[in-house]
Amino acid sequence: MKKIVLSLIMIIGLVQTAHASMEDDPLVTMFLMDKFEILDNNENTRVWEGSFWIGYDINKLYIYSQGEALSDGLETSQNELVYSRAIAAFWDAQIGFTYDKNADASQTWGEIAISGLAPYYFETRAALLINGEGNVGLRLDAEYEALFTQKLILTPSLEADFYTKDDPDMNLGSGLSIIEAGLRIRYEFIREFAPYIGVTWEKTFGNTRNYNPIDETSLMVGVRFWF
Amino acid sequence: MLRRTFVKGIAATSLMGFATTDAMANAKSKQINNNNILTGNEFFLDIDYTPVNITGKNAVATTVNGQLSGPTLVWNEGETITLHVTNHLKKTSSIHWHGIVLPTGMDGVPGLSFDGIAPGETFTYTFKVQQHGTYWYHSHAGFQEQTGVYGTIVIKPKKKEPFKYDKDYVVQLSDWSDEKPTTIYKKLKQMSGYYNFSQRTVGTFLDEVKEKGLSSAFSDRKMWNQMRMSDRDISDVTGYTYTYLMNGKNPVTQFKALFKKGEKIRLRFVNASAMTFFDVRIPGLNMTIIAADGHHVKPVSIAEFRIGVAETYDVIVQPTDNKAYAIFAQSIDRSGYAMGSLTPNASMLAKAPRMDPLPVLTHTDMGMDMSEVDHGGDMKCASGMMMPSKKSMKKDKYADMESQKYPITQLPMKPGLQIDMVAMSPKYRLDDPGVGLRNNGRKVLTYADLKNRYSTRKDKKPDREIILHLTGNMERYMWSINGIKYADAEPLEFYYGERIRITFINDTMMNHPMHLHGMWSDLETGDDNHLVRKHTVIVQPGAKISYRVTVDAKGRWAYHCHMLYHMAGMFREVVVA
Repeated sequence: MKKIVLSLIMIIGLVQTAHASMEDDPLVTMFLMDKFEILDNNENTRVWEGSFWIGYDINKLYIYSQGEALSDGLETSQNELVYSRAIAAFWDAQIGFTYDKNADASQTWGEIAISGLAPYYFETRAALLINGEGNVGLRLDAEYEALFTQKLILTPSLEADFYTKDDPDMNLGSGLSIIEAGLRIRYEFIREFAPYIGVTWEKTFGNTRNYNPIDETSLMVGVRFWF
Repeated sequence: MLRRTFVKGIAATSLMGFATTDAMANAKSKQINNNNILTGNEFFLDIDYTPVNITGKNAVATTVNGQLSGPTLVWNEGETITLHVTNHLKKTSSIHWHGIVLPTGMDGVPGLSFDGIAPGETFTYTFKVQQHGTYWYHSHAGFQEQTGVYGTIVIKPKKKEPFKYDKDYVVQLSDWSDEKPTTIYKKLKQMSGYYNFSQRTVGTFLDEVKEKGLSSAFSDRKMWNQMRMSDRDISDVTGYTYTYLMNGKNPVTQFKALFKKGEKIRLRFVNASAMTFFDVRIPGLNMTIIAADGHHVKPVSIAEFRIGVAETYDVIVQPTDNKAYAIFAQSIDRSGYAMGSLTPNASMLAKAPRMDPLPVLTHTDMGMDMSEVDHGGDMKCASGMMMPSKKSMKKDKYADMESQKYPITQLPMKPGLQIDMVAMSPKYRLDDPGVGLRNNGRKVLTYADLKNRYSTRKDKKPDREIILHLTGNMERYMWSINGIKYADAEPLEFYYGERIRITFINDTMMNHPMHLHGMWSDLETGDDNHLVRKHTVIVQPGAKISYRVTVDAKGRWAYHCHMLYHMAGMFREVVVA
């Protein structure tokens, strides 16, 4: 409930800036399903990672969602709702909530993040999380796009998560929790639509490994689309 | 005699238009005649939605009198002109008479000159024409200019012009997209590189490694990568969505200008594009530039010229052979071209020459002083597109402009996220033909070649100077002046009767055609005695340029970049009181 109220406040904030904005700065939305794929593993894990934003040049509201569904329906997901504000030419500061969900439990975090384009064209995002149990998390994402042609694009990506405390319900252990590295090559038939193939390597560490041992390399096929 | 010839020339163009239209009617659904001319001193112009088919797909244009491009208006210098403009659109419209000196209320900028023309309303413009030459008109409301509300203005001079020609054609260049302009703008905000299909690839880098070795190739990339700038960022909106038009015709339907061998042909080039710079040439013919932005210049013979959005050039050509010549206008990023034929016979069409290689921005375009750039001993760039050498000579050439000192009025400047780069060492680059045209083996017009035909020696010296930085954030697709977008900016104050020197510094990697309404921009091109009079001035990436303005028109005026999708932010109101 509190979440809904707060997000409403944020939306109102956005509408207020709409008054000040001229035609140079129209209200724009973007839905991006960056990853939507099936892994070639025993469970045929289905993975998604997408975002939606609505807003103006400087102020935006973002929803991020990523997760996995297995063939037996088991599901984990991380979902974020953040207010995002441009603070530098290439960087946005974000504040909001993360809602993690797995088959048996859920966890809500407060979140601040920084997102943008680092030198050498690395798309990066670092999110600092804190929850009611005093657990602090850090989730780092980086992605790079290498163009083989104007339409054939290779994307290495790296994700690493860290926590200060164990949270057995959520399968999160303190310290370095998980690293996920991916390499996807997509073909943009049009900018908005690109099927891809790739490989992903995922490994859990520390207590996370005790709760949920993963060390797996999988091929995948997927599609990236946006509008 | 001159007048009769002129009308004849245009009439021929017009007939050609009809002929093509008939021929095309079988092939395509509906073609509109784009070469209609209206002459006189009272005009009725209707802005309306018109179904068109320019690319093979049906689309809806906004047009003037149902034509794309709109009718060419022929006026006489000295006459008072009345134009009744009726808006049949569902949105506010307007027409701005680009480059025409007139009272502020007649200038056609909604919010500054007037409220705009509401749907269903008619606005009557009336003003005395005090100039002659080639100009144009376009909507100054929303993105209607992109969808077809534009046309050419030809003003016949009172006095005989100091050159001779036998035929006279308008050659108007424009860019058409089947996409809605709001969609284009939205996509640029979502992904600023959306339309750029000439980006660097892994292969580009490997080629550079092969050529220079790894460390040198890597260090050449270093600055660009650290700044998150692309040297392939030439046009925001490209041939991916644009079809380039010449007098409303695409390169297949072709505009045709007829000539008889040996005749002198005057071509009035107008760039009525929303977003496209063109590099124009007629392979096999030299062109003599006789006027720029409507004003006579000292004739200069060239093989090619770049025409920025909203500029006009009048040229004279004299075809010597009985063959079809291509009037070839390639877009600055080489993603497409507009083309027509200069031909002795309407059934003889010219073949398009090959487009030039892809332009690549250099450190010069970033506003770096080349002598300060460490290239690891290797100064060659990928396509050999370096600045002409002779650095020292150039420095001397513009030292005079650099050293001019006038009292500078400080203006607010806001560093921050509106600005993604700053030209470290911006230079006057008047003799630089610009990215993609350097050292291409042809004689390319530069601003340094433009000299007023008449002396400006007696013009008043500037009373003061202002410096305006053209700024932007390409990644977020935001444009501004001095880091402040129009919505957040205070108007610039000019004082009636003063002469002001305006210096632009371009802190972006794009060309910006800057257009001051209501007053002339007397461009410094190296000879103060022959300042060239323009209404739109290209400021090259990373460069600096200065012009002088006699503030002789009271009121509220628009001052902006003429790239349609830059304009909303890179804009200032000028108040003359």
